[in-house]
Amino acid sequence: MIINHPILGPRDAQEFTYLGDASLIERPDPQAENADETFHDYVYLRDNPAGEHQELWYHEQGDRSWLVVTRNTLTHEITDVQLARDAARARGRSK
Amino acid sequence: MRYSGLRVIKEALTGHKGWTPQWRNPEAKKHYDVIIIGGGGHGLATAYYLAKVHGVTNVAVLEKGYIGGGNVGRNTTIIRSNYLLDGNEPFYELSLKLWENLEQDFNYNAMVSQRGILNLFHTDAQRDAARRRGNAMILNGSDAELLDQDGVRAMYPFMDFENARFPIKGGLLHRRGGTVRHDAVAWGYARGADMRGVDIIQNCEVTGFKIEDGKCLGVETTKGFIGANKVASCVAGSSSRVMEKAGMRLPIESHVLQAFVSEGLKPLIDGVITFGAGHFYVSQSDKGGLVFGGDLDMYNTYAQRGNLPVVEDVIESGMALIPSLGRVRLLRGWGGVMDMSMDGSPFIDKTHIDGLYFNGGWCYGGFKATPASGWCYAHLLATGNSHEVATEYRLDRFKRGYAIDEKGVGPQPNLH
Ligand SMILES: Cc1cc2nc3c(=O)[nH]c(=O)nc-3n(C[C@H](O)[C@H](O)[C@H](O)COP(=O)(O)OP(=O)(O)OC[C@H]3O[C@@H](n4cnc5c(N)ncnc54)[C@H](O)[C@@H]3O)c2cc1C
Repeated sequence: MIINHPILGPRDAQEFTYLGDASLIERPDPQAENADETFHDYVYLRDNPAGEHQELWYHEQGDRSWLVVTRNTLTHEITDVQLARDAARARGRSK
Repeated sequence: MRYSGLRVIKEALTGHKGWTPQWRNPEAKKHYDVIIIGGGGHGLATAYYLAKVHGVTNVAVLEKGYIGGGNVGRNTTIIRSNYLLDGNEPFYELSLKLWENLEQDFNYNAMVSQRGILNLFHTDAQRDAARRRGNAMILNGSDAELLDQDGVRAMYPFMDFENARFPIKGGLLHRRGGTVRHDAVAWGYARGADMRGVDIIQNCEVTGFKIEDGKCLGVETTKGFIGANKVASCVAGSSSRVMEKAGMRLPIESHVLQAFVSEGLKPLIDGVITFGAGHFYVSQSDKGGLVFGGDLDMYNTYAQRGNLPVVEDVIESGMALIPSLGRVRLLRGWGGVMDMSMDGSPFIDKTHIDGLYFNGGWCYGGFKATPASGWCYAHLLATGNSHEVATEYRLDRFKRGYAIDEKGVGPQPNLH
């Protein structure tokens, strides 16, 4: 697989390590009443879809950036790559 | 029909005209006591033990393709009882005991071969870990022997013992482990279940559940609605896809594992060897091919094929261990999709929906679990209670803080 890095251009997926579902960006509020429940779901449960999947890849052997890659889990086709930083900001995380 | 040596001779002398199909191909009834979704090893074993041990015979196994076409026919066939943790080892020991008697029990040649598994170690720390694991195994009634380098050399002199980076210091030998003819396991259980009245319905995909007032009343399938008192999901790599139809999210990711087989060779490896310094394990099939594999491709996937980087990694690790492999030609490679759970351990449990049961999360170790998985799932379905060796395999164990994490790597499915 080739990941089209937003800054570095097309890179072999071998340069990256894989973390998992990009929903990990959305850490729940630890102060909330139901934090027990929301953290259990956040840490342990996954949608695990057959089809389009947004996921976190880390460019370990490159510029060490985290990326959000949109990839089809049935065909391995990659349709979108963003810096995780940008994706996180777009989801309203950090200022 | 009972199979026996005498029968083979009789058929040989009479032109093999007396053999009959091993299971029927029935139409689905409108309603069953139990519907099992998934005709893999675990689903068929569950049906077999439901019928044989618990006398529950009004059972259907619904399989979307053909039985044995899933991971039960794609794995590298290794069986073993060499786990460390209390939540696991008694279960796998029961499984190995069932394997030891399986062929007599279901009257089918599954070629169970207890040829021994050798887990190599390359450092002092790994030796300590092997000793600890061996002790845990022995405490749970399994067998383990710690070999030093000479002991390993006597078994497999052709390995690269003085490799500069990963010298082989010894190994943990589990003599009762071995290999089994995987397809025959599916066929043997299918035949045994069918003989006792279980309907095996192939080309019948479950597409949804009928759930009313928190109770599961049956399943929607490509052959129409089929009602049931109890519905038991058992679909290995498809668990999330199927349970999502019941509105459930699981502590599971689907990943592909690849395996490879070489051209046929003269006898070289009479047991199973696992490399301790990289991802590689190997055995030799009775046809002579070296059967080997390594690690996951590491990313979520439902494609039953892997990518080249893992092929390279597996072969490099193989070469580091057995340099003579460089002369061997590869015949085939393939992949299977497995449900990797958050702690690397499986689930055999009721769900929060009345009448709906779940079996899954077997990761890459589910073939060896087949008999005990069927045994314990049947027990749960028939009695309503977890079998005593499967009490830890609950879906809510993360909530309660009871993960069964053999490797201690945390909730990261691809690392287990
Ligand atoms: C390459 C590879 C090597 C492995 N090596 C080993 C090993 O050496 N030792 C070991 O112990 N384990 C090994 N495993 C793991 C083992 O194969 C699996 O954990 C185990 O086979 C899973 O259980 P099963 O046999 O029931 O799965 P499967 O045979 O996959 O059965 C599940 C069935 O469910 C069916 N299904 C799915 N969705 C639906 C639906 N909606 N409706 C109806 N039916 C459906 C599928 O078609 C399939 O037939 C390996 C796996 C792979 C991929």
